[in-house]
Amino acid sequence: MTDAGRHPRIKLLTLSEVVDVKGYVGNFKVKIIKKARYVDETSCTACGDCAKVCPVVRPDEFNMGLGSRKAIYSPFPQAVPSSYLINAKECLGHNPAVCSKCVEVCAKGCINFHMSDEEIVEEVGTIIVATGLQPYDPTEMDEYGYTRFDNVLTSLEFERLVNASGPTKGSLIRPSDRNHPKSVGFIQCVGSRSATKGGHYCSNICCMNTIKSSFIIKEHYPDVEVKVFYIDIRAFGKGFEDLYTRSRRMGTQYIRGLPGSVEETENGSLRVAVENAATGTLEFHELDMLVLAQGMKPAPSTQRLQEIMGLQLTSDGFYLEAHPKLQPVDAATRGIFFAGCAEGPKDIKEAVTQASAAAMRAIRLMHKGEINTEPITSTIIVEKCKACGKCAEVCPYNAISVDVKAKKPAVVNSAACAGCGTCSAECRFDAISMNHFTDAQLMGQVDTMLAVEPESKILAFACNWCSYAGADYAGVSRLQYPANVHLIRVMCSGRVDEKFIWEGFRQGAPVILVSGCHIGDCHYIDANHWTEKRVERIHKKMEKIGLRPERLQLEWISAAEGIRFAETMRRMERLRQSVTAEEIAETQNILTKL
Amino acid sequence: MSKTPPAKPVEQDARIGVYVCHCGLNIAQSVDCTKIAQDIAEVDGVIISKDIVYACSEPGQQAIKQDIIDNGLDRLVIASCSPRLHEPTFKKMAEAAGVNPYMVDMANLREQCSWVHMNDRDNATAKAETLVNMAIARVRQLEPLYEDTLPLTQKTLVIGGGIAGIQAALDLADSGYDVTLVEKNASIGGIMAQIDKTFPTMDCSI
Repeated sequence: MTDAGRHPRIKLLTLSEVVDVKGYVGNFKVKIIKKARYVDETSCTACGDCAKVCPVVRPDEFNMGLGSRKAIYSPFPQAVPSSYLINAKECLGHNPAVCSKCVEVCAKGCINFHMSDEEIVEEVGTIIVATGLQPYDPTEMDEYGYTRFDNVLTSLEFERLVNASGPTKGSLIRPSDRNHPKSVGFIQCVGSRSATKGGHYCSNICCMNTIKSSFIIKEHYPDVEVKVFYIDIRAFGKGFEDLYTRSRRMGTQYIRGLPGSVEETENGSLRVAVENAATGTLEFHELDMLVLAQGMKPAPSTQRLQEIMGLQLTSDGFYLEAHPKLQPVDAATRGIFFAGCAEGPKDIKEAVTQASAAAMRAIRLMHKGEINTEPITSTIIVEKCKACGKCAEVCPYNAISVDVKAKKPAVVNSAACAGCGTCSAECRFDAISMNHFTDAQLMGQVDTMLAVEPESKILAFACNWCSYAGADYAGVSRLQYPANVHLIRVMCSGRVDEKFIWEGFRQGAPVILVSGCHIGDCHYIDANHWTEKRVERIHKKMEKIGLRPERLQLEWISAAEGIRFAETMRRMERLRQSVTAEEIAETQNILTKL
Repeated sequence: MSKTPPAKPVEQDARIGVYVCHCGLNIAQSVDCTKIAQDIAEVDGVIISKDIVYACSEPGQQAIKQDIIDNGLDRLVIASCSPRLHEPTFKKMAEAAGVNPYMVDMANLREQCSWVHMNDRDNATAKAETLVNMAIARVRQLEPLYEDTLPLTQKTLVIGGGIAGIQAALDLADSGYDVTLVEKNASIGGIMAQIDKTFPTMDCSI
């Protein structure tokens, strides 16, 4: 921590949040809001004189509310930067006439109530997302009585209680009466592996954390009885099984089964009812203290950042990597990497390993000082351009400029063009060619697919980042679906031109699917809004000319939704079976005449 | 020995090489790769059509490269796994053999065919053949493209100052890159700083 704080190449911005990210790999422009600290962090020596005189006492967050702090405080003794701060919402002296005692005692004059939030813009080549986790809040698991009973703690609260720098200086006492507990119970999988509360996934660290805690208790208080209630103990890492065995040897009892209920006794102890799965009997255990081994949830900022940067999440809410085995720290967006629990629950060793890997991936990209850009960009066919301005309107990157008044053809800034192809699909004059995904290239695929027995086939367009990846995920998961589905890959669903659809139906396609990222998840900012509008437009036209609109389906499928992909394909097949040979013939007739 | 002039390659015509990968048994157990390669050999413009056990392996790539050079292939269809996995591999391979990397297309016979139609060999094979034909139609229309280089800022933003963010920032900074480390709380350290001893070695966290 201190190394990071004093490294000449690391600029540390605390109390800061990223609010906007623009640009692309190698050239991101990041807007950060740095909140006012009200204490000059460069001159504060953390002497603590200010806190001594501050009259406002508040629960200390670092100690999980088990201790107290003042309104001017240092988050914890080893904090980096080593500077106090004022919580303005709690401070009386924000109007200095009211208090300002701290200002009076601060010898170096570090305190400044006039500080305001600062907006900082940083230009960077790569971004590492290491937003961490949020411990699961077990209040909703009413059966365990957390918050109702004083002596039911979370594992993080317990951690502070036995920490030498914690509120009790490491002395294990019960919050209700400050007595040393004679027995401590641990309940595992609180908010993990549950279909109803918390996450359905394993949080990875809770088994080992409890084993560690049992050690700490037994080392300091060998007579304290320790009981662990569990489903199974997952001691899968290097040295883990050994620690588990030693914990058992030291006398910690492991009882297979999660308690059904917890009741408080008169003296504040807890009566735990559990069905012991090893013996098949209902048991009652009276314990002086109960610790809930809380699971991990994604950090609260995850979704906001995901939207700002156009990243993808798994169904658990953690960030989705570009490939689970071969690119485990890369985001699908080039130049963005993941480290630590942002990507999924993991222990410190794994988080550190992944962080080093992410740093290496970032260096690998940056070391040359320049980057290659994909030539998958759009090109204006000047002779055909009518300077209507539609392309400039739909481009999510403002990469196209058109002088509508002067009727000058559109111009593409290929450095800013990300290659979604929405302009090409929206151009009514076929005046924009999308490199590598031209009309001829895509129509060649449509024509070939529908050349033989089109009535038996399902034509599906899928965007590279979400739906095509979702189809791959269905494959990796071996989810079976009908074999008549044929996917055509486009970079973005925004590329799917109206004429591909009409031509598909004209050639006898019974059903067509357009699939892309969920609204809000589009890899090209909001290009899929145009997909949605376009499909609506086609639906209206279909109705008008006498085609069943449902034969064209639009579905949003994310890269993590393999199940949804397979289900959609089965639904498409049912829909296909509802389309008769006569209906197809009539459609072809109608469309040929148009 | 009489010399017969070799058939003149028609410059403007596509010279397509098609490789149907078994991926061990990953594809071959549900798809008849050999049959597809034979059928495709008859397609106009296809100079070479082969099935291959592992297209991505070193010997696999070498064999394809040799074919490109020996037969003057100017575009390729690799029918194997998802392009999201190995497209960069085959683009590099093509480039090394003198073919523009954008003259390559992949037919996804694994993630989107053999793995999802496992007990349906006839239909999976039929679909695979259609996918290969679709890819051939696409490569016929492909045009060479060239990558451009852009300037890059040699600086990293690390969002989050927990153990992972700190480690990433230090590794980058120690390697000579500037780092901006953004933390929403008043101190870095994250949850790790709240923990006393850490498993499995029971050492101190800070």
